[in-house]
Amino acid sequence: MSRRAAYDGVVAAVPITIPYERYSIQTAHWWIGRALAETISRAGIRKRDIDGLCVSSFTLGPDTAVGLTQHLGMSPRWLDHIPMGGATGVVALRRAARAVQAGDADIVACVAGDTNGPDSFRALVAGFSRFAADATYPYGAAGPNGSFAILTDAYMRRYGATREDFGRICVAQRQNALSFPHALMKRKLTMEEYLAARMVSSPVALFDCVMPCAGAEAFLVMRDDTAASLGLASARVLSTIERHNAFPEDPIQLRGGWAQDMPELYAMAGITPAGIDLLQTYDDYPVIVMMQFEDLGFCAKGEGPDFVRSHDLTLAGDFPHNTSGGQLSVGQAGAAGGYLGMTEALRQITGAPLGPQVANARTALVSGFGMINYDRGLCSGAAILQAA
Amino acid sequence: MSPPLPPRRKADPLALPRQALMPQGGRSRAALGLAAMAAQGRFALQICAACGAAQYPPRDVCHECLGTELPWRDVPTGAALLGETTVHLSGDTYFRVRTPWRTGLVALDCGPSAVAHVHPDVAPAGRARMSLRLDRSGQGVLLALPERDSPNMMDDPMIREMTCDPRGRRILVTDGRSAFGQEAARSLLAAGAAQVFLGIADGWKPFKGQDNLPGDAVQLDLTDATSVSELAAEFGGRIDIVVNTALHIRPGGPLDRRDLVSAREEMEVAYFGPLRLAQALGPTLRARAADGPYGACAWVNIHGIDALAPAPGFALTAAAQAAGLSLSQSLRTSLAPIRVLTAFVGPLEDEWHQAIPPPKVTPTALAAAIVRGLREGLEEITVGDIAMDVMRRWRDNPSTLARERAG
Repeated sequence: MSRRAAYDGVVAAVPITIPYERYSIQTAHWWIGRALAETISRAGIRKRDIDGLCVSSFTLGPDTAVGLTQHLGMSPRWLDHIPMGGATGVVALRRAARAVQAGDADIVACVAGDTNGPDSFRALVAGFSRFAADATYPYGAAGPNGSFAILTDAYMRRYGATREDFGRICVAQRQNALSFPHALMKRKLTMEEYLAARMVSSPVALFDCVMPCAGAEAFLVMRDDTAASLGLASARVLSTIERHNAFPEDPIQLRGGWAQDMPELYAMAGITPAGIDLLQTYDDYPVIVMMQFEDLGFCAKGEGPDFVRSHDLTLAGDFPHNTSGGQLSVGQAGAAGGYLGMTEALRQITGAPLGPQVANARTALVSGFGMINYDRGLCSGAAILQAA
Repeated sequence: MSPPLPPRRKADPLALPRQALMPQGGRSRAALGLAAMAAQGRFALQICAACGAAQYPPRDVCHECLGTELPWRDVPTGAALLGETTVHLSGDTYFRVRTPWRTGLVALDCGPSAVAHVHPDVAPAGRARMSLRLDRSGQGVLLALPERDSPNMMDDPMIREMTCDPRGRRILVTDGRSAFGQEAARSLLAAGAAQVFLGIADGWKPFKGQDNLPGDAVQLDLTDATSVSELAAEFGGRIDIVVNTALHIRPGGPLDRRDLVSAREEMEVAYFGPLRLAQALGPTLRARAADGPYGACAWVNIHGIDALAPAPGFALTAAAQAAGLSLSQSLRTSLAPIRVLTAFVGPLEDEWHQAIPPPKVTPTALAAAIVRGLREGLEEITVGDIAMDVMRRWRDNPSTLARERAG
């Protein structure tokens, strides 16, 4: 059994989303700076009260979190830079929570932000990793669309999923996005439109893909008494998991690292999947959402298609999922995409949603997935949060 | 089954030709090994010397045992297609005008999974035969082929991007005075070349085979700048492949000759000649490299294997051959995306090698090897038993070879 200590007395608070823009002439520094300023102002603290900083960005180069401290005029005593793409939100929370718990920092600001120009995404994909440059980009240069298309094709063959099954996820998320003020995609999506969409990299079509954009997300991690003294609504960290390059022996990715660590995730939190009121998955493509439903224990492996056929994934449904609309509808702001589920979950369970409130939402599961280094996503993580 | 290659059409004089762009060519040092293997038509991957695990993508450290000795070894070509996609939308300038483009993830029989180009005749979720090919950037890429050759397999646009099949193409063979040039022309025509221009220097001087020349004789003397530029002006825009058969291999070491006349002549033919020709034809060839299924695609240079290390009887020629080889290597970058194929030959079956015992390279053998190299899209072929023997020794240890060859 796990011997990991609980995150006693640690909370997350002040979820911030800086509204996304399709293209921005500003830098990642600018977006991150805006998110930090908003966080400070919303928390009612001073910049120097933040003594821990955790940063994620794809477009901050050549700077890292180190350069940011000088750029932003901060002197943290704890600093981290997490290059884990869609897993950054969960991993940032884990790192920050332990730092606060151990007293290495009192208030950690976790922030992710990226800018996006007309050629940013192609350039990012072309040089994403050594293995990608050596062994995926030269093969059609379709980027993550191509990589996930291959995984989607294999998943469909293996488990009998149809495009319509993936469509259910995308259509429900678009429904959620219609009431989320910051979503870039605000037009209702019908199943007919989903199925008729232009093929991008078969079987992945237009509405299976996220729209790259600029934006930033942030939240604070502190002790519960600090949050209380500041009068901040907050959420306790019940449990977290993290795994990298899970199941390397699988010839193709039909499961993620969650499948390996799921028992510990629930055991540490002392609940079961039935105790989760809302789920935020990492949704760069619907196939990976379906894998998370399975690997996080909401249904058995291969039952993802049945699961989406028999559940209502909207805000008001029996299985509220990606309640902001997720990246598929809000947009993918680089590394901030790995925070979107975290900030949305924090807002929902602390009773401060930007759109409609999910009824009786006390406990949320946030899941992250990142970095198609070569043929599969390497980083997976998840956290269970509960209203304090 | 792939549709057969469409017939060659006359170019539309008003249409802007498709620019000869290349797929991304940047690679890690380890991944350059793929190109080195593809150049020779080998299907080889890194195999850990300590634990035997096959590595892919190419690495610096074994993913099993962390061993750091990862020599390239031939591996079985079998594979299973696990998942696939047909790319319709690509942000890359090379691929976006070549979609739809089929790729997939294959489980190699030797262990790793690999992203590969997938030939249309490979069945979905079926078995495949893997090959390493050079793409238009000159880098090694994996191509999954059907297990058995299918009809018109080589006509598919994807594989045609990676090969230089003479079929339907117009080819310049530079030296029609020699049996080697004549035989190359004959074989290329037999392989379906649309036209062969056969270069003849000093046409007024009689030569063997002149009454039965294959292809269309054109005036060309590589050692004469005017002759080269006149040829380029008249035929440059119509040449898709250059096969430089000009060879000037003469016996003799540094002290066997009293002056530099012969050495200069050797340099003229082996180095300055092809350089002149490349300067005259290269820009046009490059510009026409993406001109449909029959675009310009290859440049063949022939080098004596002595280019790697001189043999005492032919030491001066070896220097010129080495210069020519060096030119070939730099042309690979300068002419890209035109493929530069170097054919290493041992002693030739000609009047200058009378004192050399067999085995020697015949015109037929050399021509057949060139046709095969073009069809497979290779960058390096070694023709004849002697050349192969020297090449193996050179790969084993170049310094030892130099001393062995010195006798």
